[in-house]
Amino acid sequence: LSEKRRIRRVYQAMAATLSPPRILPSGDSAITVEFSRNIDDAANQRVLALDRTLAREPVSGVTETVPTYRSLLVHYDPVKIDFDTLSEKLVSFAQLPVPRETKTRRWRIPVVYGGEHGIDLEDVAKTLKTTPDDIVARHVAGDYRVAMIGFTPGWSYLSGLEDSLHMPRRQNPRLLTPAGTISIGGVQTGVQCLAGPSGWHLLGRTAVRTYQLHRDPTFLLEPGDHVTFSAVDAKTFAEQDRAAEGGEIVAELIPS
Amino acid sequence: MSKLVISAIGPASSVQDGGRHGAQRYGLTPSGAMDRLALAAANCLVGNVPFTAAIEIGPFGAALTAREGAVRVALAGASRNADVAGRAVASDTSMTLADGETLTLGFARGGTFSYLAIEGGIAGEPMFGSLAVNARAGLGSPYPRPLQAGDELQTAAASGAAERRIDLPAVADGPIRVVMGPQDDEFGDAAKKLFLESEWKISATSDRMGYRLEGPVIKHLHGHNIVSDGTVDGSIQVPGNGAPIVLMPDRGTSGGYPKIATVISADFGRFAQIPAGRTFRFRAVGMAEAQAEVRKFAELLRTLAERVGPIDNFDLNIEALQDANVAGSAVSAVDAGTWQIPSANVLAQD
Repeated sequence: LSEKRRIRRVYQAMAATLSPPRILPSGDSAITVEFSRNIDDAANQRVLALDRTLAREPVSGVTETVPTYRSLLVHYDPVKIDFDTLSEKLVSFAQLPVPRETKTRRWRIPVVYGGEHGIDLEDVAKTLKTTPDDIVARHVAGDYRVAMIGFTPGWSYLSGLEDSLHMPRRQNPRLLTPAGTISIGGVQTGVQCLAGPSGWHLLGRTAVRTYQLHRDPTFLLEPGDHVTFSAVDAKTFAEQDRAAEGGEIVAELIPS
Repeated sequence: MSKLVISAIGPASSVQDGGRHGAQRYGLTPSGAMDRLALAAANCLVGNVPFTAAIEIGPFGAALTAREGAVRVALAGASRNADVAGRAVASDTSMTLADGETLTLGFARGGTFSYLAIEGGIAGEPMFGSLAVNARAGLGSPYPRPLQAGDELQTAAASGAAERRIDLPAVADGPIRVVMGPQDDEFGDAAKKLFLESEWKISATSDRMGYRLEGPVIKHLHGHNIVSDGTVDGSIQVPGNGAPIVLMPDRGTSGGYPKIATVISADFGRFAQIPAGRTFRFRAVGMAEAQAEVRKFAELLRTLAERVGPIDNFDLNIEALQDANVAGSAVSAVDAGTWQIPSANVLAQD
């Protein structure tokens, strides 16, 4: 309780222009800096801004940061910095005005939609009372941002899915979905890198590996990157998949 | 070069080290040893730096044979019956396997994981600075998967150094200490009280990703779906069925269930060692106590090598001998040469 009082005092000391985040302990060696309890674009912008601030002005003892939709998880070495000191620093950094993103990368990711590559496309169209082509057109028209990467290597959660494509997740998650799956779930769309379980609706696949071990860069996307999709046919996908296997990036970096 | 050939090994055994850090923002979990103190102790015994890659051996047994030369190894962590060509060997000591000799390990008792460190380490290709196996991500070297019979680990030839013993502090056996949060406000007072005052058991379905707990149902205040956020080793998340899961080093880097509390770093290895089916409790501590404990733990790791000494200089450790199941009238506890027990008996104990 005294810790909570101390943190409250820190809050009061700040002449805040932005609302303070919640400082939540994740054990003795990590702090969750929470900006919202919901998926909220403004909160995600503040998460990514705090992440950039910590990259620009490193705090001694901070070992690793993990941006998510609504919070930044800050891992630290408690031998080098204690909870109270780091909490104060994070609160003050988090209330700095969110700077405009200076250099934003924008990727175009090719996707083969439907059929064996996107086994839920027909059902999604039926549920949303439209045609598969229309679903593809809407998905391709979107301008997305990497809100977070998590769960398994390279699994990129994108914000910016248009309202008409929001759908509850499947009642029964699948235990295995293919590598490169492009799917929608709730208010999100995503690029899944490795084969694995998923409760989302599978629209298609991309040859792009967001994580590939012996490639430079190993991880393609960064939290904050912008992403658009383009539709390709199955033959193109097969060619791109071979190229990607050989280490090509396949995704296009669009000059802004 | 010598090599250590795996003649037999149970599931949940893999090469582990201090883990790979710095890529959780890309969804890559650190992995690494379940019990870092035991890993460090085993490494110190053979003169390695503390978090050198070693073999993490799960609850079942193993048999490993030196080939193409002698191999010097050390065992720490969960106690188990161990012998080399019929000579019983104690935990927390180093030993040299002559070319062709086999180290046979029984089931873990009083723990789950043992660490077999090898003098000079294990030859492999580090990925993000680590040989640790993370089977889901296809990472780990020399094998990106749990170890199997027939696997061969390339190692340095044994130096011939005198064998050593490490004097570790007694393992505390009190409740596992936790810091409440980050999402303890998703639970009412009754649920938090139930969590802290109940006996828990670790389910047999647990693995390196998570330990499932068996006990009372912990109810959420507002449902079990939260927006995914970051996880740490020891995060205790509560899914929809109300049965908590403690996240372990192969965890997902993010998770969408409320996390009621987090195991403190100093108790994490002790928690990881609790065998399936054994009861234990949690106890909430404040941040000040948790941070004092983690600093003490870091100091213990930093000074671990000072606890290593020649085997002869150690006082007779009856407990260790009983643990190795060799204390009896037929042996002299102070003369290792008399610690003869048939290998078959060791295995029959399991």
